Amino acid sequence: MEKKFFQTSIKDSLFTGLIALALFGPIVGLRTVAKNEVLEVHPKWFIVLIIVIVCAVGRFLTNLYVYNRDQKTGIQTSIGKSISNFLDTKGYQIALTAIIFSVIFPFLPFTDRYLMDIAIMMLTYIMLGWGLNIVIGLAGLLDLGYVAFYAVGAYSYALFAIHFGWSFWICLPIAGIFAAMFGVLLGFPVLRLRGDYLAIVTLAFGEMIRILLLNWYQLTKGPDGLTGIPRPSFFGLPFKSFPDEGEQTFHTFFGIEYDPMQRIIFLYYLILVLALITNLFTIKIRRLPIGRAWEALREDEIACKSLGVNPRNTKLTAFAIGAMFGGFAGSFFATRQAFISPESFTFIESAIIVAIVVLGGMGSQTGVVLATVFLIGLIEVFRDFESYRMIAFGGAMVLIMIFRPRGILATRKPTITLEKSSSK
Amino acid sequence: MDTAYFLQQLINGVTLGSVYGLIAIGYTMVYGIIGMINFAHGDIFMVGAFIALISFILFALTSIALPIVLLLTLLIAMVFTACYGWTVEKLAYKPLRKSFRLAPLISALGMSIVLQNYVQAAQGARIKTLQPVIQGGFTFMEDTGFTVSLSYLQIFIVLVTIVLMAIFTLLITKTALGRAQRACEQDRTMTALMGINVDRTISITFIIGSSLASVAGMMFVMYYGVIDFYIGFLAGIKAFTAAVLGGIGSVPGAMLGGLLIGLIEVFWSGYISIEYKDIAAFTVLVVVLIFFPTGFLGKPDIEKV
Repeated sequence: MEKKFFQTSIKDSLFTGLIALALFGPIVGLRTVAKNEVLEVHPKWFIVLIIVIVCAVGRFLTNLYVYNRDQKTGIQTSIGKSISNFLDTKGYQIALTAIIFSVIFPFLPFTDRYLMDIAIMMLTYIMLGWGLNIVIGLAGLLDLGYVAFYAVGAYSYALFAIHFGWSFWICLPIAGIFAAMFGVLLGFPVLRLRGDYLAIVTLAFGEMIRILLLNWYQLTKGPDGLTGIPRPSFFGLPFKSFPDEGEQTFHTFFGIEYDPMQRIIFLYYLILVLALITNLFTIKIRRLPIGRAWEALREDEIACKSLGVNPRNTKLTAFAIGAMFGGFAGSFFATRQAFISPESFTFIESAIIVAIVVLGGMGSQTGVVLATVFLIGLIEVFRDFESYRMIAFGGAMVLIMIFRPRGILATRKPTITLEKSSSK
Repeated sequence: MDTAYFLQQLINGVTLGSVYGLIAIGYTMVYGIIGMINFAHGDIFMVGAFIALISFILFALTSIALPIVLLLTLLIAMVFTACYGWTVEKLAYKPLRKSFRLAPLISALGMSIVLQNYVQAAQGARIKTLQPVIQGGFTFMEDTGFTVSLSYLQIFIVLVTIVLMAIFTLLITKTALGRAQRACEQDRTMTALMGINVDRTISITFIIGSSLASVAGMMFVMYYGVIDFYIGFLAGIKAFTAAVLGGIGSVPGAMLGGLLIGLIEVFWSGYISIEYKDIAAFTVLVVVLIFFPTGFLGKPDIEKV
């Protein structure tokens, strides 16, 4: 019995090794290199050999120790459960601690320019994640083209700020409105489609916007991008080291030394406030009739229809509001970078934001924060290994779907429940 | 001049349409059998193109006759790419059969990112150029100042597509395997009760889809001569559009849709604007999904409670 099991395991491992050889043999083992404009093949059999052995041995060991033991209760579910339980009971305190930490973060002793840049980037993704969470998490619409709204927000902010010289606080709502309008424009025809069709159409829409930005040279300067986007000012007080004649700047007004970090810190608080507004808005709107209709629609569309909820209008509001927050984040991006080009709005950005929402647990606001810190941290740590980090990123998406399809924080409690009858 | 130009676009369109049609079959079959959009299919096509490229380079060092090289490359690309299709299904989709409805789509998205970056890491990010494998062709209508050319390569592409599609249609309509596939499409539980190995049937579906995509990849690399790790994304979306246009789930529909998308793209770039040629396919996708989501030959999708 034991012997037979051993034999099948060995056969299975050999088969795995064979498949690994077929998979990695040609693509990894035969690297094509251009030499004098003619491709040559450089064999790399040693790496293939290692990969094949690792696959076969790994398969053998998992056969021996994982699949055929009575350990059906995976650890991964219990870890996730304990995290969500912990967050359920201590959720308020944790959120408060996180907010206090993020408020004092710029003044902590170890905080430097690099950490601030990463923190600003993370907060941008958190804001985008929260915005997309309205669409995916609450309304249950898989939007793979969210970056289009981010791009619309960024470009409309940049164009208004450059051509009309309007300040950040005027351009911000305009950019949000533009993005929301695009959301309605796209959503109106496509929102009656089923989930996976909707995903592909939104993806196509995202690409269309990018192609448009690339080719509409008169307006967007195409691949060259828009430069000289005005930096934000502190309520009219610009951050400049050498003020013009008679001009009040941030440091002269407050009578302090000029420091380039002042602008970075201001940007940090700006995105922090924008992100928290997004979060607060989502928490509040979940309790309103429209928010409840979104969640109901996510769970069962047919039941909603029969109860008199108009699916299209309800979805459209979710789409437009999600797009609006994307637009806000886009204008922040434009003002922080002072330069935007279609390069920044590729499909992979959409995929990252979707991954953040899905990984965090669709509908969970805390999950978005955890997932952003994890994913952006991962991408940042492996900064020097461009394509390997994306392999890890894609692999993480697959693994999460297999082991925890509902994300890290997988509890999906209805926001509002009926109270138990009080008679007993 | 006008007719000549039109005729030339028609020839190019049919060639391109053959490539899209071959990829679209993979989408439509997988959708038919397990009801998911195999987002990584475009990248399987890209892997196929790379394997064909490597095979062509290796055969160029030998002195084997051209027809044998073509046949061998075709077989090599089909076998190795089929391994990819099979593995992707086993790793990323099979564990998710009973999961919620968007899970396989997200998993496929992850797989697509993995495949793209894996090829980028292994083969480099630069575009790869292949010397023309088949050269020459016919030219006609030279009197009007614009020559219409029909290359041997185009004839080869269309012929191989027709032959493969004929074999494949026979496989689906006449063999036990095809019957098992169609049974799985209708009711998987019932099919399993009838003694058919559903897992194996699904695996074979992926193998067939991937090997057809690899043939498309081989033709792509021969026709355009340049590939990079990113070609799967656009080609995948266009082929998916073709599958939807023909009616997703219907194999003849996928061929028809592929042909139409190829023609639309070529005529759009020939007569309207070449910069916006990718927008043409996307516009078709949106319009088709909105106005007739069942496509030409698809069955209406009735939602039941």
